[in-house]
Amino acid sequence: MTLTELKAAMERGDLSAKDAVAAFRDEYLEDCKHPQPLNCYIEFFDDALAKAEKADAARAKGEGGGLCGLPLAVKDNILVEGKPLTCASGVLKGFTAPYSATVVDRLVSDGMIVTGRTNMDEFGMGSSCEYSIYGPTRNPVDRELTPGGSSGGSAAAVASRMAPAALGTETGGSVRLPAAFCGVYGLKPSYGTLSRYGVVAFGSSLDQIGMLARSPDDIALLLASCSGADRHDATSEESGLEEILPLRPKEIGGVRAALPEEFFGEGIDPEIKEKVKAFASYLERNGAVVEPLSLPILKSAVAMYYIIAPAEASSNLARYDGIRYGFRSDDAVTLEDLYTSSRSKGFGKEVKRRIFLGNYVLSSGYYDAYYKKAQQVRTILCSGLAGVFDTYDIIVSPTSPCTPFRIGEKVDDPLSMYLTDICTTFVNLALLPSLSVPCGKTRAGLPVGVQIVGKRFSEALLLGIAKTYHESGGT
Amino acid sequence: MTFDVVIGCEVHVQLFTETKAFCGCGNTFGGVPNSRVCPVCAGLPGALPSPNARMIEYAVRAGLVLNCSIAGLTKFDRKNYMYPDLPKGYQISQFDMPICFDGFLDIEGEWGSRKIGIIRAHLEEDAGKNLHSEDGAGLSYVDLNRCGTPLLEIVSEPDMRSPEEAVAYVQEIRELMEWIGVSDCNMEEGSLRCDANINLWIYEGEKKYATPITEVKNVNSFRALRAALHFEVKRQRAEWEEKRLTLEEVGKVTRGWHEASGTTILQRHKEEASEYRYFPEPDLKPILVSKALVEELKAGLPELPARTRNRFVTDYGITMEDAVQLTSSRAMSCYFEDACREYDGEPKKIANWILTEVNGICNQKNIGIAEFPVPPSGIRELLAMTDSGRISGRIAKSVFAEMAETGAAAVEIVEKNGLAQISDRSTLEGIVREVIAGHPKSVEDYRNGKSNTIRFLVGQVMKKTGGKANPGMVNEILEEKLKP
Ligand SMILES: [Zn+2]
Repeated sequence: MTLTELKAAMERGDLSAKDAVAAFRDEYLEDCKHPQPLNCYIEFFDDALAKAEKADAARAKGEGGGLCGLPLAVKDNILVEGKPLTCASGVLKGFTAPYSATVVDRLVSDGMIVTGRTNMDEFGMGSSCEYSIYGPTRNPVDRELTPGGSSGGSAAAVASRMAPAALGTETGGSVRLPAAFCGVYGLKPSYGTLSRYGVVAFGSSLDQIGMLARSPDDIALLLASCSGADRHDATSEESGLEEILPLRPKEIGGVRAALPEEFFGEGIDPEIKEKVKAFASYLERNGAVVEPLSLPILKSAVAMYYIIAPAEASSNLARYDGIRYGFRSDDAVTLEDLYTSSRSKGFGKEVKRRIFLGNYVLSSGYYDAYYKKAQQVRTILCSGLAGVFDTYDIIVSPTSPCTPFRIGEKVDDPLSMYLTDICTTFVNLALLPSLSVPCGKTRAGLPVGVQIVGKRFSEALLLGIAKTYHESGGT
Repeated sequence: MTFDVVIGCEVHVQLFTETKAFCGCGNTFGGVPNSRVCPVCAGLPGALPSPNARMIEYAVRAGLVLNCSIAGLTKFDRKNYMYPDLPKGYQISQFDMPICFDGFLDIEGEWGSRKIGIIRAHLEEDAGKNLHSEDGAGLSYVDLNRCGTPLLEIVSEPDMRSPEEAVAYVQEIRELMEWIGVSDCNMEEGSLRCDANINLWIYEGEKKYATPITEVKNVNSFRALRAALHFEVKRQRAEWEEKRLTLEEVGKVTRGWHEASGTTILQRHKEEASEYRYFPEPDLKPILVSKALVEELKAGLPELPARTRNRFVTDYGITMEDAVQLTSSRAMSCYFEDACREYDGEPKKIANWILTEVNGICNQKNIGIAEFPVPPSGIRELLAMTDSGRISGRIAKSVFAEMAETGAAAVEIVEKNGLAQISDRSTLEGIVREVIAGHPKSVEDYRNGKSNTIRFLVGQVMKKTGGKANPGMVNEILEEKLKP
């Protein structure tokens, strides 16, 4: 059942929250016995069932909020008060969240029950969900494959029916890529739509919470509850998305869609190209205007991203120094030792790689050549995309250039891993919303995602188009 | 050999906003360690800064009185370095777009008048404090209460030419900031901190050399600032004569003032370890400071002390010396003006009363004039009573002591204790007669030409009346009666 269906069933009285949470938990416990568990939850919360019972009692009294009793899985880099939080990193071992992220707070106030925290690439850095101290998450479609990263745990939990929906986060595509790999919907809202307060920062100017679910309606349901400006996050904004419900299917006729040539050329799996083209012709058949577009700067997005994101990350991760919380090395003598030893032992290799990269591009000798340059190009990218949206309503492209790869396949080849973000990073750089929509499977049975990008705060349009497509059965 | 002393100052002023720079924690001094700390000021995972609008207003007000231009658009940057009292591993500061820039202050003294350029005044958050145990256990603790306190860092040009000028400059800043109410500028509590950069320009024949710049830290009083700079002048001069080290060769060094030994000591400082890697703070949007806001804040500024001083001299006819003292704080200048309002006598009397009696009690009780229990109107009423002869000056002092103690009004105290002056001629004549009868020796002395003796007799009358007799009248009666 989708989140929306669960909601309807609970409202009708056909299903209790307790039974729903129990079903998801049983699915999880069953999977734990598998010789190759999916490992999508780091922890399924002990108190989820008790909270469900409370929600049922509240509902019986006519209380409990609009999302009363609905389960939700949350990525391990979003704070849930009183629960451990690690970002799948050794550095945060032993840390318990003293407060909840604003988004979690809002969803829980509306009655949602957090089922557990999901696995991820350490601090969100990775595209395969393998860089985790808890071991890799496996793809429910095929356990030999990765679920994509870094919100792989959240995507796998939704795809394997251990949760009806989940929160992930992204900095360069970490919600959409695993959504595509696992065959579910993944939304990266416009920057500022959702408060980042209580989300462990990676690249602050790029980060955004995203949602993974099995229908566009489910995502709308979550957005309506948790979007809107937050006084704790100076970059959050009023987006008007609290009004998104009921989500209306969007009339495809008259929609103007652009297909950037840059994402249909070399390096893109031909079968993926085929599926995305099929989606484009679906749009065309239903009256949309679909045109190819060339925007060469899109090719620079990955390069920009791998300067700006690590730069911000190197600064954001400086607070994990072993002084106040988390892991502290016990063999240090001087202060310098304490920092060095705690951080060397606490962080994994991909995180260290990006901290080095970030410090390098911010260092005085290279600042102008890298960081400053990247910021300038980012401005050009934003204005270029603004121009595109003067003419077009949406940009359509593959979500990923490749289908899910095997566990271990790219883990020692960071550059090829970085290229899986080729179609998604420009969206974060330009603060835009983007939805990954499942659009069929390859001949080998692997899911393919199509990405729809709109202008800032056009989430309702993206979800509406997806809803129309979804309800037509994808044909 | 001749030389010039060259000094520039970086003054950190703690802005006295109600809450901290980027969170809702109270912005006060001290407290149980780590009692004023939230996820934001502790830099917990997921915490984000949200800027305090009042801090921006305070910075603009400060910039205006420092004659600065105010940036229409300003932004925050991260200054990255790791230190235990810096929980995020970076400090939110301003790098290339400070909120205030290009200002100046005129300072006056024995050197005449000098214009000190102000390069910039930028906002930043304060760090916490490391506390090291003194019991030999070698433990260190971190107190984050001060984390996130808003600071305005005011950076001057190296325009000062003597330690006295530097002290005058920092005092001027202290006075202005306190005057416009953006800071209490308490050096002991660290709400005003100064790092001074000093070196010498040595002239030998046609040649000019600059000695290495010393950044002097740890000065927490004006006395220390002055002493540290004087020490540096001597030290740099001696070093030059011995080693001839120049600025080009050595660059800048940091030395801490050591109060007990009266010397500065070379310090290893944290920024040597790594560069700061500034970059724009991505968690905060750039801030637009509208012209309208600047105008509004400008209009809301009080009259500045220099102007108030001049006005006091012309409007109230007091000396410049008194005016300077009365404007040493805005609270005192307001107290003076409030007391003068509707007072018929000489404002000079009020000024004297405040500078001696009021200040005396304030110093004794170690309170500021703002906490002084007698309102300005109380001073006015008291002095009006002496002016009209209702009480004597001596009685006034004791009445005032009681006013300060109990908060009661002067009239009440005088009535309750029967302190009104005796100016009734026949009553006084009776007393004078008794005194004359009781001191025949003195009367004889007086009549033999020892005119001073009359003072003794007046004293006797006063004694008999408990100080309440009108001294002028007593004198008059005595002279009359003692005529041979
Ligand atoms: Zn705080």
